[in-house]
Amino acid sequence: MKYFLILTAITLLASGPTFAAEGGHSTPELPNVDWSFEGVTGHYNKGSLQRGLKVYRNVCSACHGLKRVYFRNLEALGYNEAQIKAIAAEYTITDGPNDEGEMFERAGRPSDRFPEPYPNENAAKYANNGALPPDLSLITKARAGGADYIYGLMVGYEEAPADIDLLPGQYYNEYMPGHVISMPPPLSDGMVAYEDGAAETVEQYAKDVSNFLTYAAEPELEQRKRMGIKVVLFLIAFAAVMFAVKKRVWKNIH
Amino acid sequence: MAGGHRADFKNPVVKWVDERLPIFTMVKAEYGVFPTPKNFNYFWNFGAIAMVMLTIMIVTGITLAMHYAAHNAHAFDSVERIMRDVNYGWLIRYVHANGASFFFVAVYIHIFRGMYYGSYKRPRELLWMFGVLIFLLMMGTAFMGYVLPWGQMSFWGAQVITNFFSAIPLVGEGIVEWLRGGFSIANPTLNRFFALHYLLPFVIVGVVVLHVWALHVTGSNNPLGIDVKGPQDTVPFNPYYTIKDTFGLIVFLAIYAIFVFFLPNTLGHPDNYIPANPLVTPAHIVPEWYFLPFYAILRAFTFGVNIYIALGLLCAAFAMWPIFAAKDKNEINFKMVSIAFAVAGLFCLLGYFSQYELASGDMALALPASAAFVSAKLCGVLAMFGAVAILFVLPFLDSHPVRSAVFRPWFKIAVLLLVADFFVLMLCGAKPAEGFWVPLSQVAMLYYMAFFIVVIPLLSKIEPVADLPDSIHQAVTGNHKSSVSS
Repeated sequence: MKYFLILTAITLLASGPTFAAEGGHSTPELPNVDWSFEGVTGHYNKGSLQRGLKVYRNVCSACHGLKRVYFRNLEALGYNEAQIKAIAAEYTITDGPNDEGEMFERAGRPSDRFPEPYPNENAAKYANNGALPPDLSLITKARAGGADYIYGLMVGYEEAPADIDLLPGQYYNEYMPGHVISMPPPLSDGMVAYEDGAAETVEQYAKDVSNFLTYAAEPELEQRKRMGIKVVLFLIAFAAVMFAVKKRVWKNIH
Repeated sequence: MAGGHRADFKNPVVKWVDERLPIFTMVKAEYGVFPTPKNFNYFWNFGAIAMVMLTIMIVTGITLAMHYAAHNAHAFDSVERIMRDVNYGWLIRYVHANGASFFFVAVYIHIFRGMYYGSYKRPRELLWMFGVLIFLLMMGTAFMGYVLPWGQMSFWGAQVITNFFSAIPLVGEGIVEWLRGGFSIANPTLNRFFALHYLLPFVIVGVVVLHVWALHVTGSNNPLGIDVKGPQDTVPFNPYYTIKDTFGLIVFLAIYAIFVFFLPNTLGHPDNYIPANPLVTPAHIVPEWYFLPFYAILRAFTFGVNIYIALGLLCAAFAMWPIFAAKDKNEINFKMVSIAFAVAGLFCLLGYFSQYELASGDMALALPASAAFVSAKLCGVLAMFGAVAILFVLPFLDSHPVRSAVFRPWFKIAVLLLVADFFVLMLCGAKPAEGFWVPLSQVAMLYYMAFFIVVIPLLSKIEPVADLPDSIHQAVTGNHKSSVSS
């Protein structure tokens, strides 16, 4: 009985990854980047988040929205209130209607969300050869592999093998399921200027933007993990105490 | 329960209330001094754990409902708002979402415990049936809950599940429309699923009350499966089992907490973080892990019932008839039974291969009149619901006088094989229905069904009845002595 249970537990653990890895069929294994937010004590690297924001603003935001993130959320990237106000003010937000019933434009405020690049889905598709660039607010949670997948996609552009015919506006990417992607290679070395001396390479941009998008999808991650350590330690200690109490209470029975 | 007898309470307020409504007397009788077999192992923790999980689900669920918007244009956004802007909303939602999984973990172990130690047998048949009803209600609640975030898997899961009912002849399409509240999955579907998802947990609470009530009439089973003979076999529920249950519960909660805080989305599917889109079908529509075995049974039916399979089933029924009818194994003509089973198997194989399409497009076996008159889809749906429904009649399929698998070596092998089979089905359900996984799921499905319909009734008649210990007390102290001397 006991051996049987242990055996099933082992089978179950061994089969766990096969349940999870199901989405990534027919694509090579994703690159396994050593992210700072992984693990029990995971936390965000603020420098990388700030650089990732810059990559998003300079490159991705041309086609991809980030509609679930407010400028005020950028506090978590290490910006102070004045800096956030300044970043928000660089955007133009359509507001209204005003007292005269007219829509009007104004500078962004910390309480605004990142504005979307297209007025609607049809406009987005029309501008992108029929493909819809997805909103990036949840992208690392919405793709098997998470940040590793985003990183892989950024660095995975290659010449198409001879047996794959690409239509105009299609590209070959090693990590895209099915390999055919409508997004042109977005990054190239040196295209975003970094002020903190970090390498201006595709790999570094990919890492930074994956970090930033993970933050966008899971802003609660640091708080969650810190709380988790306390909760699990408390439960283990509580279980130990209860075990001792149980032993003592049952002493006369056994 | 509300008789004239009152417990003696010192506290005047408690005494005053108890004289008017003997609720304290009841709690004391049912949870304080309630005589409980003293030989429980840790498998007996999972009833209490399941009860705590139900409570956690209701408390977190009501809190989520305060912030959730049951409208197809707002549902996904409102869930994200909970995750980002509601105070500790992420915690409440992750506790709820992973809580569903851990509720099923607790209940699956609880059901296994009941099967392995024969807790479903006389006099606890009704207790078991209430339990199966709770399980069925849980499945409905969990399915509708998974639809509420209105992600891609929510939408397409609802599409697939409601579509099952279209397999019912004549009225199927009408039932599907009625369930969906329209011609497709849309806002009315979401609204009614939310209403029912809020309602059903309280129905579950009601059935749990009946389940626990029935338990307290018969008393608990125990690992030896023998009846309590007297006070020396039992201990009062408090403090012995309140303490032991608490210890087990805390260990369970610690594992649950690891998922909530460190692996919150591991048991979910990434596609459910993509808003529902009726125009884009996900590559693989996969249910939550706890439904995978039943999903595998559904998909195992790549074939329907044609004339050959019908004949095979008839022969199998003919083979089983003397087994059900016999009082003991001397009344069974095993030669006849074996021949009938062999013929049944042959017919079923003919029926299966005459519907088996080869890669070339030809049938593996060309037979006349091989077309299925009960479609594969309907068979799958019936088998899937049947796989749960058959649990209701388990107490009546098993007439063996011994309860616990500890004293039934043959039954023990069969039930442990069923557990392994369940995991195989789970794996098959997670894989795309192609290649090697299809025949594997078919074999696993066959054993699942055969366990209840053939193996259990057969073992009831042919498994030898072992000598049982005289009492729990004797068995426990006997063990104790031998462990001291060794």
